[in-house]
Amino acid sequence: MRNQKLKGQKSKIEIRFWKKILYGFSGPLKNRWLFTPFLLLFTFLTVGCRQDMAEQPRYDPLEASTFFADGQSARPLPPGTVARGYLREDTELYTGKSGKDFTNTFPFPVTRTVLERGQERYNIFCSPCHDRTGSGNGMIVRRGYTPPPSFHQDRLREAPVGYFFDVITNGFGAMPDYAAQIPPRDRWAIVAYIRALQLSQHATLEDVPAEERAKLSR
Amino acid sequence: MPQIFHRSTNTLSKLSIFGAVFILVVFVWVLMQINRSEYVTQANVVRVQPVQFSHEHHVNGLGIDCRYCHTTVEESSFAGIPPTKTCMNCHSQIWANSPYLEPVRESWRTGRAIQWTRVHNLADFVYFNHSIHVNKGIGCVTCHGRVDQMPLTWQQKSLQMEWCLECHRQPERFIRPREYVFSMDWQPPADQIALGQKLVREYNIPDVAFLTSCSTCHR
Ligand code: HEC
Ligand code: HEC
Ligand code: HEC
Ligand code: HEC
Ligand code: HEC
Ligand code: HEC
Repeated sequence: MRNQKLKGQKSKIEIRFWKKILYGFSGPLKNRWLFTPFLLLFTFLTVGCRQDMAEQPRYDPLEASTFFADGQSARPLPPGTVARGYLREDTELYTGKSGKDFTNTFPFPVTRTVLERGQERYNIFCSPCHDRTGSGNGMIVRRGYTPPPSFHQDRLREAPVGYFFDVITNGFGAMPDYAAQIPPRDRWAIVAYIRALQLSQHATLEDVPAEERAKLSR
Repeated sequence: MPQIFHRSTNTLSKLSIFGAVFILVVFVWVLMQINRSEYVTQANVVRVQPVQFSHEHHVNGLGIDCRYCHTTVEESSFAGIPPTKTCMNCHSQIWANSPYLEPVRESWRTGRAIQWTRVHNLADFVYFNHSIHVNKGIGCVTCHGRVDQMPLTWQQKSLQMEWCLECHRQPERFIRPREYVFSMDWQPPADQIALGQKLVREYNIPDVAFLTSCSTCHR
């Protein structure tokens, strides 16, 4: 009789069960035994569904775009734009010319660091065709590219440094330009290194410091 | 009242408790392995590219330096993918009629960029920067593998957080002298740890606490 259930009325056991569940969420802190597992379950069921954090609504560098007609997210500069710090006032530094003629002086002092930088950049960008000594027999030439002239011929030994800068910047005949790949200061460093290469192929014993000469003649 | 279960089932029930724990552990282990698998990380999977560009030919065969094409790798977070102009430096003359290179020539004629398929792609909530690693003596090969032996490019490492941390916890195990960063065949010496510790000091590499702090990579 005691546990008999009337229509529409919950049994005591049932009530105790629901009370316990409710208590598990809302009782004093140490009694909230259900809270943590429930939170865990909730988290597990709701995480990892969307990748919005991994693919945020911004472009990575060079990412394709469906918005612009040419499909590129990077926009070309409108003609005449000058970015901050890119106003090329120093014509000698950026064109290798003073007035109409090529300059024969470097726009900044050539130190050992500049020469080493030049050597590194020369080996990266020029040696595939001009080879590491500048004689013009690089790997790409051996695979069929037009052979460039040697840097050690008199015409190029006497050419002003501004001329080399101009060839790198604008190309020359079959030689492509490297303006996009090499920033102006590095171009000057390369020119300084080409000068060093030219010297190296025409050095005499007199160019060697006296105390080092003995080593060479051995 | 007769017993429903025989006494021996006691052992069984004890075993099944152990079994449940075991199954759970195996389940978690399997999940972890799936998460590390190449299926999820896409490591060692070759991507289809619009042009059959081969690092093996260009780097190993011709000896071209990484920086000839990936020009910004030393100064910027992004290594850079070469524009069509860079290919045309040589391919205006070399293999100028080859059908392999038709997409390059078409891009050159029309001015539309070649659409390379990305090989590496970190989640956007991770900040990665090439210049800091390259300038502090971490070689390309440490993170990208022997690119010079890849006929088509693939990703060698998982690029998961544990992989980044493996090095950030002990940079001395992987660091090399700066002049060999671009070298593909540099071998660590027998006393790599001693050399590494010396370089870590020389290059002023911050301490492990900083390198493994969450906000270093998740900023
Ligand atoms: C893709 C191959 C290639 C690369 C790389 C290359 N050159 Fe050249 N270069 C040539 C060719 C070919 C010529 C000959 C051009 C001609 O006579 O039509 C040439 C000619 C030259 C000349 C001589 C111009 C003259 O008056 O005869 C200079 C100077 C020069 N290159 C400098 C450089 C420098 C500096 C670099 C590196 C930044 C470089 N080149 C990279 C192919 C190359
Ligand atoms: C002749 C130009 C050239 C040279 C040299 C070159 N690469 Fe690449 N590299 C590319 C091109 C083009 C791609 C895009 C196509 C691809 O993924 O294969 C690329 C892609 C890559 C990728 C994958 C990029 C991605 O999509 O995630 C890595 C990594 C890479 N290069 C590393 C190197 C390393 C390391 C070197 C030096 C050992 C090197 N490259 C030298 C042209 C070059
Ligand atoms: C410095 C010169 C140079 C540059 C820059 C260059 N290539 Fe090449 N490429 C070559 C040479 C040389 C060959 C012939 C390879 C051989 O004979 O081993 C070649 C071969 C190829 C081939 C033929 C298939 C193969 O791998 O042998 C493809 C495709 C190719 N290059 C794509 C590209 C693309 C795309 C770029 C621009 C990211 C590029 N190349 C930049 C010099 C270059
Ligand atoms: C510390 C590890 C590490 C080193 C060292 C490293 N890379 Fe990467 N590289 C990565 C990661 C990670 C990505 C993916 C970046 C992303 O998705 O944002 C990547 C992406 C690239 C890409 C695709 C373009 C980009 O920047 O997303 C190229 C190309 C590349 N690397 C070339 C190089 C070259 C060349 C070197 C050596 C000078 C080098 N990497 C050194 C880890 C490294
Ligand atoms: C092989 C070793 C190595 C791996 C792999 C590597 N790193 Fe690094 N990382 C370094 C070292 C060494 C430095 C310390 C450079 C410094 O600040 O002097 C560094 C620095 C950084 C910094 C810059 C900290 C600053 O100075 O602000 C970031 C960001 C970073 N790493 C992210 C990553 C991410 C993301 C990955 C994985 C995709 C990764 N790294 C993988 C070695 C590594
Ligand atoms: C060295 C760099 C680095 C540091 C330090 C770092 N993370 Fe990460 N983290 C990553 C990279 C890389 C990923 C991307 C992993 C992937 O895509 O699989 C990542 C992913 C994550 C994710 C998402 C995992 C997923 O599967 O989506 C979380 C959460 C996270 N990191 C938390 C942290 C916390 C917390 C810390 C500090 C204790 C931390 N990270 C420190 C590089 C780092």
